[in-house]
Amino acid sequence: MRRFLIGQARKGLVDHTTRRQHHQTRSFLSLLPPSFSTNSPRAAPLVSLSRFMSSTSDMAASSDSTSSLPVTLDSINPKVLKCEYAVRGEIVNIAQKLQEDLKSNKDAYPFDEIIYCNIGNPQSLGQLPIRFFREVLALCDHSSLLDETETHGLFSTDSIDRAWKILDQIPGRATGAYSHSQGIKGLRDTIAAGIEARDGFPADPNDIFLTDGASPAVHMMMQLVLSSEKDGILCPIPQYPLYSASITLHGGSLVPYYLDEATGWGLEISDLKKQLEEARSKGITVRALVVINPGNPTGQVLAEENQRDIVNFCKQEGLVLLADEVYQENLYVPDKKFHSFKKFARSLGYGEKDMSLVSFQSVSKGYYGECGKRGGYMEVTGFTPDVREQIYKMASVNLCSNISGQILASLVMSPPKPGDDSYDSYMVERDGILSSMAKRAKTLEEALNNLEGVTCNRAEGAMYLFPRISLPQKAIEAAEAEKTAPDAFYCKRLLNATGVVVVPGSGFGQVPGTWHFRCTILPQEDKIPAIVDRLTAFHKSFMDEFRD
Amino acid sequence: MSLKALDYDSLNENVKNCQYAVRGELYLRASELQKEGKKIIFTNVGNPHALGQKPLTFPRQVVALCQAPFLLDDPNVGMIFPADAIARAKHYLSLTSGGLGAYSDSRGLPGVRKEVAEFIERRDGYPSDPELIFLTDGASKGVMQILNCVIRGQKDGILVPVPQYPLYSATISLLGGTLVPYYLEESENWGLDVNNLRQSVAQARSQGITVRAMVIINPGNPTGQCLSEANLREILRFCCNERLVLLGDEVYQQNIYQDERPFISSKKVLMDMGAPISKEVQLISFHTVSKGYWGECGQRGGYFEMTNIPPKTVEEIYKVASIALSPNVSAQIFMGLMVSPPKPGDISYDQFVRESKGILESLRRRARMMTDGFNSCKNVVCNFTEGAMYSFPQIKLPPKAIQAAKQAGKVPDVFYCLKLLEATGISTVPGSGFGQKEGVFHLRTTILPAEEEMPEIMDSFKKFNDEFMSQYGVGYSRM
Repeated sequence: MRRFLIGQARKGLVDHTTRRQHHQTRSFLSLLPPSFSTNSPRAAPLVSLSRFMSSTSDMAASSDSTSSLPVTLDSINPKVLKCEYAVRGEIVNIAQKLQEDLKSNKDAYPFDEIIYCNIGNPQSLGQLPIRFFREVLALCDHSSLLDETETHGLFSTDSIDRAWKILDQIPGRATGAYSHSQGIKGLRDTIAAGIEARDGFPADPNDIFLTDGASPAVHMMMQLVLSSEKDGILCPIPQYPLYSASITLHGGSLVPYYLDEATGWGLEISDLKKQLEEARSKGITVRALVVINPGNPTGQVLAEENQRDIVNFCKQEGLVLLADEVYQENLYVPDKKFHSFKKFARSLGYGEKDMSLVSFQSVSKGYYGECGKRGGYMEVTGFTPDVREQIYKMASVNLCSNISGQILASLVMSPPKPGDDSYDSYMVERDGILSSMAKRAKTLEEALNNLEGVTCNRAEGAMYLFPRISLPQKAIEAAEAEKTAPDAFYCKRLLNATGVVVVPGSGFGQVPGTWHFRCTILPQEDKIPAIVDRLTAFHKSFMDEFRD
Repeated sequence: MSLKALDYDSLNENVKNCQYAVRGELYLRASELQKEGKKIIFTNVGNPHALGQKPLTFPRQVVALCQAPFLLDDPNVGMIFPADAIARAKHYLSLTSGGLGAYSDSRGLPGVRKEVAEFIERRDGYPSDPELIFLTDGASKGVMQILNCVIRGQKDGILVPVPQYPLYSATISLLGGTLVPYYLEESENWGLDVNNLRQSVAQARSQGITVRAMVIINPGNPTGQCLSEANLREILRFCCNERLVLLGDEVYQQNIYQDERPFISSKKVLMDMGAPISKEVQLISFHTVSKGYWGECGQRGGYFEMTNIPPKTVEEIYKVASIALSPNVSAQIFMGLMVSPPKPGDISYDQFVRESKGILESLRRRARMMTDGFNSCKNVVCNFTEGAMYSFPQIKLPPKAIQAAKQAGKVPDVFYCLKLLEATGISTVPGSGFGQKEGVFHLRTTILPAEEEMPEIMDSFKKFNDEFMSQYGVGYSRM
């Protein structure tokens, strides 16, 4: 009797094994580690990341000594082994060790601190938070402050008003409760209004999904569209490695399209088309196209013509457009403005029924740089209700994103307005940060362009410079001898000589045979001259050592 | 003429197969009714603050100060914040590099992980290594990270208790693995029989499944039982023999409502067992700020601690964590505060104790009121909620009700729960969302509605149940 019951109920739970029989071949295929050893020369060039990704990994050879345990390197998910995330990879690990050692061993190094230019993490380098945002967050976190008269002496009037308004949007004013899985409705209303004001086209609060930063939103979309290696995503090269890592983790294929360094990292639709067709000829169904604007790591702001072309291309080819627009507030040149892809789609007359478009935004970037809050959202348009339901379900498994990140996402989309108590001080803080970033970008760019064999496009936006370094043959050979990618070799040398942490271009992908690194523009202004001096001196001695 | 970008058929099958009942049909219907102006009592999610539980004052003060560090420079700050909150805010800010606005180490702030390790050490009496503790955006994220590492494909199985918290079934589906159920014995107060486990593993293996890990939820969700030390020993021995990683969901460790079986961690039991087993069983335990008397669900704070996971594997888990950059920093500070609350002599100590004891004692009374209430209803039996936040009564549905459900195209317990919702506004989760034996029906409610509302809620439940049972005729019942 019991046996029977177990068998019956089992059915409900393991039943998908049988229901999905017809998918088995496919899922088993994806199980086989496709190019487990990253140096397989016969890997299909189009889909093998190894060609443009870092080749410093030696994980295939290593294994845990304790192999009798159930979970070891030999038995974990091969997709986990395969994915790479250079922004926090090997060089950062070395930097952290150096930093530890510096504490006790100061005299052993030619520098007295590690300067992290590897990651867009402005507040870790001394950028201050926007006071108004933090006032509102503090009041929401500890709402009984709102009942104290002293609070009025410590907080701006509009922060108190805003905190009340937000608390009233939260059921029971409970900031400690799980919210709706898409995020608190009132906050989504505010965000939608902000998008509408930005684009001049309507935005629907039901299209907004608030997330713990933009990264989980990207993962969610990848998980939704990728079933196997036969599903591809068009990604710019160079790209932010979140995309390559996420595609690897979800078992899909990255289909590269190259940004053209010579035209300021612009793109050619003919190249996109060629890559798409090449992928299709290999049996890959390309599902989506990723575009990062302003660009990471490349810092360009796409030309309006380019944006229009991309929209039309996605529409014609039936691709989901995944628009990473997290740097929308970071623009440094007067001749460029930010325009969202949704704005272009709508102005071209493409509505909800014509194309699928997802726009990602984050509280971590812009002038606010609130990385530690993990706030962000995606605006999801042009999906049928049954697909939308699946996205909602995925969001609901994680219950909701953190509430203070949600509140902050609403604040960055509706900052103080003229006439508000905080407006003037807010504008001073905001413009101060943005103009300083522009200045730092310019100084670093000029310094880089002065180095022998280095060329660097201007940073029109975002937070990065991505200089190209022509490495002498001798340096390339030295790197090969150390089994390191040549640009990683350069970056390690740079770190050891100067304490400056940058990320090798191989972590982002680059045209084969070219070498780059990514450097943020975020160290505080007073540190920039010293960085320039150290970088210049290092580069000179590096070239002196390896010049052909 | 343009191609269709994305239609339902082309979506990842794993996504489509995933089910998450806690926010499923019942919840959506309840939200609709709420919009129409009906009063809804949300007992579907363990979300205490949503039902009126007030946050503990001290941690909120500390985090508010960390949010607005400029207040610390204001001479008037002492007028609205106690000195120990100010000191603690300074302490946590000193553990960050860049305050709440900077990404931390992807594993969480080293200083907070050290406080977590010290807490575990005090709790268990065994050392804990901060390097093996990762902070996460809630325990769910941690579970997903670990299962992602373990599951390679459909042939990898994870032993999960049934009834279970659907996070496990949903995540296993999303990752394309196979859930291997083991049944908790309702008549044995939801106890766990190791013979049963063995049978489940054997059956899975005969189907070509490699069983890789076992999940336990202690105290149980949705079942509310506390595992005994003897039971935990058996489980650990079983994992050792069968070479399974044990995933210990211990998020309800503060929520204990009886004195016979206090919470005991899997780690402590494992260490008590000594070598060689203490070195052979791989264990990952999960904790959160969302439960306990904290109930800070909206913060999304949690951690996991790894035992006997080899360093190279830990590195891989670190790598995957680094792709998400870092868990949110304010929740990390909540976690720090949870594992090192005010001490005797601190200014805020008395208030903190008063608040936390008040919440726990009330939960204990509510657990009693709820289970007694259910057991006084016709055709309803309910084990006592020994811990956690839920009651999981069995509803003996009459054949006529099952018939009516079928006609309505609903699973019988979904049918019952929908009727309950429409009649009383009580939003529950049907047992089928958690798994249950064939032909047996349950529902899950939290014990979280405010204590003063509890008698009224149980009365309206009873009234509904009486009417339901007479409408569908109480006759022959199978159990």
